Amino acid sequence: MDWSFPSEAEDFRIEVKEFIAEHLTEDVISSTHDGTIHNWDFHKKIAERGWLGGAVPSELGGGGKTALEMAVMVEELQLAGAPIDGMGVAIVVASVILELGNDHLKETIVPKLLDGETLVSFGYTEPDSGSDVAAAQTRAIRDGDEWVINGQKMWTTMAHIADYVLLLTRTNTEVPKHKGLTFFIVPLNTAGIEIQPVHTMGTERSNATFYDDVRIGDEWRIGEIDGGWEIMKAALKYERGIAGGQFPSPPLIDAFLEYAQHTERPDGVPIIDDPVVRERLVRALIDVEVCRGFAYNTAFLAAEGTMFGVEGSMTKLFASESYKKHSKWFIDMAGSEGLLYLGEDEAPVGGLLDEHFRHAPVTTIYGGTSEISRNLIAEGLLGLPRTR
Amino acid sequence: MYLRLNSDELAIKDIFNSFFESECSVERVRSAQHEGFDPKAWERFVETGAPGMCLPESSGGGGASLTTGAIVADLLGEYIAPLPFIEHLVASRLLSLLNPEHDLLPSVASGEKIITLALKPTSGDTAKIVPAGAIADAVIVNTGSDLILIVGKDSDSYLRNTADLPLGNRSLAEGEIIATGSAALSAFNRAINEWQALIAVALTGLGRKAVDIGVSYAKERYQFGVLIGSFQGLQHGFASSITGVEGSHFLSSRAISALENNTDMAESLSGMAFLFASESALNAAATSLQYHGGYGFAEEYDIQLYYRRAKGWPLQLGDPGLEYQRIANLCLPSGKVA
Repeated sequence: MDWSFPSEAEDFRIEVKEFIAEHLTEDVISSTHDGTIHNWDFHKKIAERGWLGGAVPSELGGGGKTALEMAVMVEELQLAGAPIDGMGVAIVVASVILELGNDHLKETIVPKLLDGETLVSFGYTEPDSGSDVAAAQTRAIRDGDEWVINGQKMWTTMAHIADYVLLLTRTNTEVPKHKGLTFFIVPLNTAGIEIQPVHTMGTERSNATFYDDVRIGDEWRIGEIDGGWEIMKAALKYERGIAGGQFPSPPLIDAFLEYAQHTERPDGVPIIDDPVVRERLVRALIDVEVCRGFAYNTAFLAAEGTMFGVEGSMTKLFASESYKKHSKWFIDMAGSEGLLYLGEDEAPVGGLLDEHFRHAPVTTIYGGTSEISRNLIAEGLLGLPRTR
Repeated sequence: MYLRLNSDELAIKDIFNSFFESECSVERVRSAQHEGFDPKAWERFVETGAPGMCLPESSGGGGASLTTGAIVADLLGEYIAPLPFIEHLVASRLLSLLNPEHDLLPSVASGEKIITLALKPTSGDTAKIVPAGAIADAVIVNTGSDLILIVGKDSDSYLRNTADLPLGNRSLAEGEIIATGSAALSAFNRAINEWQALIAVALTGLGRKAVDIGVSYAKERYQFGVLIGSFQGLQHGFASSITGVEGSHFLSSRAISALENNTDMAESLSGMAFLFASESALNAAATSLQYHGGYGFAEEYDIQLYYRRAKGWPLQLGDPGLEYQRIANLCLPSGKVA
């Protein structure tokens, strides 16, 4: 087995590191602590480099960055703790539109997405359908040339700064649930849409969005009527390798190391010289190396053109579960000071230990819960019977 | 980047899979339980050229890479084969590195003589709990300043143990110093790194098989009128087990690769792979044993063999807690409080 990246990918790694050193300023990082998640300036800088368009597959007219180059970029941005949710959304939605969208969508949305000018929020989840996403009840009913949409979405994160929502709707109630779904890309300034904030314990702001007799033309439909599940699968396909989530722990480990090296325990021993602390740090570093193995494997499979599923589930499961464990260890090892809230003067490393502890639980939930991941692994890899 | 076995490697895997299938069936493993060694299987193993495969050709070996050795180590783990392949591979490479002209090398390269190494530095007159110590014809021991070679076999040295391994205490009285100084000690250290990485690979094979044994059982066993494999309580445990084993596969493969290419990360990755594989293999075996219910505890069922080896193989190196501290010293800074 050969674990080395080709030289163009290693050269690109250097370029990405230089980009990070120049543009991922303290201000950018601290701007993501107030709950907005996204940083427009940083996002536009990525777009200016052509990396959003570069990540779109070349057969769709994208800029031809290879899967391994994308893996390197996503790795480096995560190691540095950069805000990349918007980047993932832009690349995934642009790719789906280019593959399956009509000319109207291609012309109206794709250029702005890839220039870093606009964002699309994901509107899949509903109050009564989370993991069971195909049970969506938001209705779209045809009325002449238009569609009339009624319903509610949950966790439409970034909707308050986005211009569109990628909306999963039910267009047919007479068929099995996966077969009666249709997707639209709905402009968020359309009459009848209301966005309400959902504040989370992780400081991040998300949204609930309400759709009350929202009327849009058929040009905003993407994919076939009742063919929404194909769009969902396409979105998942393009998300692979781009969406991140493989390296949540390194920024936390770096922050704790900085603190532990320069702070004494009550008995005068530097925290980092405590053998218990050192063992846990090594365990965390090992977990990160395991994540690296998983991430490189999925990058290799993507580069090979192999469709993968279970490999992605294992990566996500391991990375998020180990991160949640690390966030608990590191807040413990700072003692009661670990409790001090983000931004408190006396908080260790500015309160990052508190912030990671509050943020970590969402990572084992969003993008597929750990339980759904384990179901998929048990069924797909181990051939155990499906239980849902 | 290429993260599969290539066609040559697949051919090698096929050959050794057939070998282990016929010579290290679970019945053979069980009948070798007393000493943890099957001399007949070793004889056949010698015929394949495997014992010296990773020795340089100049020392009479096959000149194969460590990556090729890892293919065999993975299968050895899967079959929990009672053969001292890893110790022999590592100790013979060490001997050849120390003295490419050593008299013992031809018989070691062929596998006619088995060589091993005491993993822990030995300060007294006895090297204790030496892996394959009860069956080896030669043992390399690190005294902390010198490397000593003991030539000769001592089957009376056998120690009964948790994992049916051919462990033995070996007296240093007959030994002679074969190398000394920092170069010798760093060569020994390198051998330990190779042992750790190969054991990590073997534990990965063991872990994968342990999951397979548990899953197969869960697909046959009915309780409450349904297959127990249909219970999510079991499914999720298996899913976590196999995720750990796959993680250990990638990490041990990276460690082997780092050793092969002599990268800066080679030592730490070997230790990390060893520690992670130790936990994920034991977790896999313990989980599958648990899901057998009472049968898992019965000697008659194979899963207990895997459970015991998953602990026994790595613990030969000593308390893993100390290994975490060693890796910490390689990777972490110490305090700098103003």
